[in-house]
Amino acid sequence: MKQPRISPVRILVYISLVFGTFVSLVPLVTVLIASFKNMREFTYSGALDFPENWFYLENYLVAWTKAKMPLAFWNTSLILFFTLGGSILTGTMIAYVLNRFTFRGRELLKGAFLMANLIPGVTMQVSTYRIMTSLGLVNSIPGIVLLYTGTDIIAIYIFLQFFSSIPTSLDEAAYIDGASYFTIFFKVLFPLLKPAIVTVLILKGVAIYKEYYLANLYLQSKTRYVTISTSLYTFTGEYGNQYNFISAGVMITIIPILVTFLLLQRSIYSGIAQGAVKE
Amino acid sequence: MAQEPTHIRFLDRRVVQQWLVIGTFSLAPLALLITFTYLPFVKMIEFSFYKMRYLGPRVYIGLKNYQDVFTREDTVSALLNSFYYMGAGVIQLALSLYFATILSYKVRFANFFKATLFFPFLVNGIAMGFIFRFFYTRGMVFDSLLSLVGFAKENLPFWLRDRAINNYSIAATSIWRYMGQSMVLFIGAIQSVSPEFYEAAEIDGATRLQQFRYIIFPMLKPIITLNVMLMVKGSFSAFEGPYVITNGMNATATFVVMMHQLAHEAGKVGLASAMAIVLLFIILIGTILQHFIYNRLFGEKTRSII
Repeated sequence: MKQPRISPVRILVYISLVFGTFVSLVPLVTVLIASFKNMREFTYSGALDFPENWFYLENYLVAWTKAKMPLAFWNTSLILFFTLGGSILTGTMIAYVLNRFTFRGRELLKGAFLMANLIPGVTMQVSTYRIMTSLGLVNSIPGIVLLYTGTDIIAIYIFLQFFSSIPTSLDEAAYIDGASYFTIFFKVLFPLLKPAIVTVLILKGVAIYKEYYLANLYLQSKTRYVTISTSLYTFTGEYGNQYNFISAGVMITIIPILVTFLLLQRSIYSGIAQGAVKE
Repeated sequence: MAQEPTHIRFLDRRVVQQWLVIGTFSLAPLALLITFTYLPFVKMIEFSFYKMRYLGPRVYIGLKNYQDVFTREDTVSALLNSFYYMGAGVIQLALSLYFATILSYKVRFANFFKATLFFPFLVNGIAMGFIFRFFYTRGMVFDSLLSLVGFAKENLPFWLRDRAINNYSIAATSIWRYMGQSMVLFIGAIQSVSPEFYEAAEIDGATRLQQFRYIIFPMLKPIITLNVMLMVKGSFSAFEGPYVITNGMNATATFVVMMHQLAHEAGKVGLASAMAIVLLFIILIGTILQHFIYNRLFGEKTRSII
């Protein structure tokens, strides 16, 4: 084996990596810096100057209460829990039907689900909004949960693909042993789907945590139905350009996803890679 | 007593059970699919022929809305804004391919670099909006950085207000946000190539550049093509950046931002629906072209990847 040696190309490679990292981090780090500055300091110091006190947490306290963060975390947790549960249940069920049974209309049904993926969700909101209103699903946690669950085609793709890697002889054997199809699904196949379920949990969990548009459109009451992604909305009005408070709020929304990312790096990468190929 | 042969009863029971499971398991997913995808789709086609608001009476106006989409100054300029995002998309793909390739070789701190390049993808929409409003505000982050390297602060433009450059400023943020995602995709594809290929090439004396040219690039061609197509479609439906950073002000609205504003702020639901249909039509054509080009380039063998 050749030892890696120091060559001009290698140096250029590292310079480009460091530059890329710099570009990635500067917008985030400058927000972090601003979040530790008090009003006076923020006004008079440059955006790149370090704060006087790295433990000045006043902005975080203000952001935490003004933006109703405790309620936001609670609502987001509820939405995540029920949407992920719903997506996994409906996704695995329909994938089971489409993959394991041959029946009249199967291709049509499959096509109907897969076609839906072509349509970008945001474009549909013009008319979906009317439907949500007439169903009484605006300003309701169950409403947004139903919408998030119902527009999740990527999960169905992933489950469909995973099902086709599980041999049908397994179902047959269980059937001959007297298990019903329901038992086969819940007791035999569902546990085997674990890797696919993890992928869906990650992809969908990240997507919902980040999602702003639908949450903002359908959870209009920012006092009761605020979520982590809409909580920062408070700062568009009265706080205008007070970026020291805003920055603290931004950091509060970033920290949970940063911690999750550090803990689950590998699974997040592989989840993204698996999910996006099917887009 | 005449008894049915057991295998027929067995079959009957099996068929009934099958239909039972098909019925119960399809019910909820199908109801959701119809309510949130196909019903809105049909409604949207209907709405596009009317002059209407969400509430109140409506007037049938035929194809007038479609005519407006292609003649109104604001909708046409929004459609043309897609090209900024297409440009950003090309840069994004080139950068992600570059970083994916070098991170797949032995590089020190590869995990650290990969993580930092990827992380912006995880930042939520509105946080990104605030981050870049702060970044581009007069005298804040970007201006300070530029003055560090010698630009005079007074001569710098207003990055988000100046119509000559604001669309570049915002399109650039989409590179920041999505480069990491495509990089992770490409890294996945590169790693699926057996390392023996590279070892063999190295033994044969191939340089890194030659390895990229003759091994990595051909292997990645299908996924690159796929990403280019997705990028073109994505740039027509670019939304979150301009929506959260400027809310479409100063001519930065993209097609979807404009659509949202017409429907939810200006109360022109009919026109917005027509825009949505036009966009879906563009995407449909794009998808058909994609399959056509893809099959031409890579034939039947790799079709399963799509």
